[in-house]
Amino acid sequence: MNTILAISGLGVFCLIAEIFNLRKLLIPVAILGLIAILGLTISEYDLPSTHFNNMVVVDRFSVSFSSLFIVLTIFLVALSGDYYKEHQSKLSDYVAIKIFLLAGAVAMVSFGNLAMFFIGIEILSISLYVLAASKRLDVKSNEAGMKYFLLGSFASGIILFGICLIYGATGYFNIGEIYQLSEGAGIPIWFPIGLTLIIIGMLFKIAAVPFHFWAPDVYEGAPSLTTATMSTLAKVVAMATLYKLIHGMIPSIPYIFEVVIVVISILSMTVGNIMALRQNNVKRMLAFSGISHAGFMLMALLSFSTAAGTLFYYATAYALAGIASFAVIILVTKSKDNQDIANFNGLGKTNPLMAGILTASLLSMAGIPIFSGFFAKLTLFTQTIESGYLIVVIAGILNSIISVGYYFKLISAMYTKDSTEKQTTPFVYYFVAVIAIALNIAIGLFPNLIMNLLAV
Amino acid sequence: MDVSILLLSLLIGAVVTYFSGDKLASKVALLFSLGALVISLNVLYLFVNGGNVGILHGWITFPKVSIALYADGLSLAMVLLTTILTPLIIFSSFGTTVTNAKNFYALVLFMAFAMTGTFLAADGLLYYVFWELALIPIYFIALIWGNGDAEKRKKAVLKFFIYTLAGSLFMLVAFAYLYTKAGSFLLQDLYNLNLSTQEQFWIFFAFFLAYAIKIPIIPFHTWQAKVYQKAPTVGTMLLSGIMLKMGLYSIIRWQLPIAPQAAKQYMPILIGLSIAGVIYGSIVALRQKDLKKLLAYSSLAHVGLIAAGCYTLTLDGLSGAVHQMIAHGFVIVGLFFAAEIIYRRYNTRTISELGGIRSQAPKFTSLFMILVLASVALPGTYNFVGEFTVLYSLSQVNIWLAIFGGLTIILGAYYMLKMFQNVMLGETNATVFKEVTIYETITFVFIIALLLFFGLYPKPINDLILPSLNDIFLTINRLK
Repeated sequence: MNTILAISGLGVFCLIAEIFNLRKLLIPVAILGLIAILGLTISEYDLPSTHFNNMVVVDRFSVSFSSLFIVLTIFLVALSGDYYKEHQSKLSDYVAIKIFLLAGAVAMVSFGNLAMFFIGIEILSISLYVLAASKRLDVKSNEAGMKYFLLGSFASGIILFGICLIYGATGYFNIGEIYQLSEGAGIPIWFPIGLTLIIIGMLFKIAAVPFHFWAPDVYEGAPSLTTATMSTLAKVVAMATLYKLIHGMIPSIPYIFEVVIVVISILSMTVGNIMALRQNNVKRMLAFSGISHAGFMLMALLSFSTAAGTLFYYATAYALAGIASFAVIILVTKSKDNQDIANFNGLGKTNPLMAGILTASLLSMAGIPIFSGFFAKLTLFTQTIESGYLIVVIAGILNSIISVGYYFKLISAMYTKDSTEKQTTPFVYYFVAVIAIALNIAIGLFPNLIMNLLAV
Repeated sequence: MDVSILLLSLLIGAVVTYFSGDKLASKVALLFSLGALVISLNVLYLFVNGGNVGILHGWITFPKVSIALYADGLSLAMVLLTTILTPLIIFSSFGTTVTNAKNFYALVLFMAFAMTGTFLAADGLLYYVFWELALIPIYFIALIWGNGDAEKRKKAVLKFFIYTLAGSLFMLVAFAYLYTKAGSFLLQDLYNLNLSTQEQFWIFFAFFLAYAIKIPIIPFHTWQAKVYQKAPTVGTMLLSGIMLKMGLYSIIRWQLPIAPQAAKQYMPILIGLSIAGVIYGSIVALRQKDLKKLLAYSSLAHVGLIAAGCYTLTLDGLSGAVHQMIAHGFVIVGLFFAAEIIYRRYNTRTISELGGIRSQAPKFTSLFMILVLASVALPGTYNFVGEFTVLYSLSQVNIWLAIFGGLTIILGAYYMLKMFQNVMLGETNATVFKEVTIYETITFVFIIALLLFFGLYPKPINDLILPSLNDIFLTINRLK
């Protein structure tokens, strides 16, 4: 609870800071504030509590995921300083929106009531719509914002409809009570219908096939930093929320739902990867790669009892690699008018450190040991085999092989092609990229650090 | 003193090499690889005197993974192969100038680290991690420092990477499945599993994909020749000398003892594929115009025979295979070095453009000749010990297999001697061929000395590997 309040307070401060001419202090203060909030959040790890009639529930799940979101936001805010250099007057707005977005994200993993969940998802989504369209004079950005807004609000409507049906079936918004009623016999048919609608809405948010059509266009059109936010933070938030919703409302996943998850997971992995192979634009490529990672994360739901830990580890590994790679991508493409792979030619020679970091993060996403992406996939595969879905694992393996194809397209462009231009690198990019990839490797070398956070 | 120090010394060596700068890098790398050799000899000494050189530490609690390094005679033989060849390979590159040397030599040492780890790991997942780690440096070595057209090279190297990764990922599934059965990745626990025939088939098949691609056994060999040709000579030496031995070693260490039932059931197919590789490799080698490609296909033929030896599941077959692994490791490194020396002087590897070197460089000719003879398993060389034992074990299974496998020696003699004739003999070449330098001679003499010594006196290696092979043999037959 304190986390949400503190984050909202920090967001308000960022808005006000502009009035008091504190623009120079804005980013450092926001980062320090977020670090303090991170400490505050972690201190609640062993103190589960509920607030406001069960509106907000703080438990290990919410604390772990909130901490991850805060860390990701710190990185994103740190990058904002340089990224919005040309738009100093709007800097406070951008930073404030990012922090409000975080408040929504935290609300989405610590709700105890469907109303709170819906408020969270709306705060998050509306912030993202604004950020996606934030390059006011760029047609592509406008298009991205509009597309995302139209389709996103449609998904929100579906979620809301689902919530209404569940209310109609059970008479509660409170997920604790819904959970109890869902076990009993005689639950009306619109309860599963409502649940299905909510899940469809969430699948839209995580961009799983067949609800993924918005993702590539929006990712490509939106400003790169927003793309980074969407592909790391927003995706992880939506995935955690999806798990929490299902876990919070029904005791176990019915067989028919599992079949649907299997199908969607395999489809997401395959479609995402095969489409990514054909992309020449790095942002689009990562959008499709993100779709396939959504498929991988959905796989975790098949081993329902242990899904939380696996999901958390996978999400952390994926998001950290994403942040590191986007730091490099933003750096390389910020003065270019497109994000084609050709822009990365010769990076291995002109900036070996950044090329190395991008290589490492792509290797992590491809699931090569010793990076954490490998252990994420390993736990995922082990548990999915244990729950008897070997077929999904085989599909996952085949997809890992396909994914190497496009990740290495980028890597070999960096090391084999030549480039003449050299650009200066602001320190903050090194800072963010190095720390993100170091964290990624650290949890790869010592998975114990976070693997057991969610064990009961 | 245990094997973890050996691994650490190589890893630290890679880091120090990277920071030592381009000028010093090659010397620093050589120093560290020699250090690793000394440490491994020391480990061997301790092991022979009955000391325990393995370690077992917890690493990840869920899924349960430990840092388990286990050294028996078989592992140590392979580790020594790595630690002897690594300084030799680094030393052989001294005559050429390498751009961006610090990265290059750091990658070489890192690869040696990963390969040593593969030979020592006794925990399935740790083993897998090392196995994959070895792939990354060789990818970059071949991609960045390779020769020929960049686009073609990129394709060849990426194909190699995807092939090998694809194979190993299926091995990972097999390990994940085994883990759900045994609750641990430890080698010993996996040995003790009782798997049904059906399960064994799938596990064996998954392992087979990984190893058949790495070794390579036909029909999984299509990546090999191009990568050998495009990679820099150091990379080719690492690949053919050590890395493909990872696959052969893994057959003996992991695949056969974990799924022996399947190995027995499919033995004809497995040996058949391996022998087919022998014949196919030899015939294709006959037609090669590029020296490095010819050696690549000859390598395909030789490892086919080694794999056949492993799959006979007899003690003779296993020990012959290990002997031949070591012998082939040395001889192929020597042969690629000879190709490199010719390339340094003539800037070509096309056989038809060569010839007439003998009269200009008699010393080089004799050294090259001995290596060629060793590679065709002339009695008295170490290769003879290996190939003969393997052929003997094949004859115990079926005499026809031995006859077809024996073709490797006849065809090998044919294409190797024909190559030698075209490359070295004939009218004196118009271009001047500088005699081998003292550094180059040292490398050759060292390799030849080892091959001849163990050819005449293989007992030390036999004593080292037989007890552990016997253990594995008993495990395969579930007598233990």
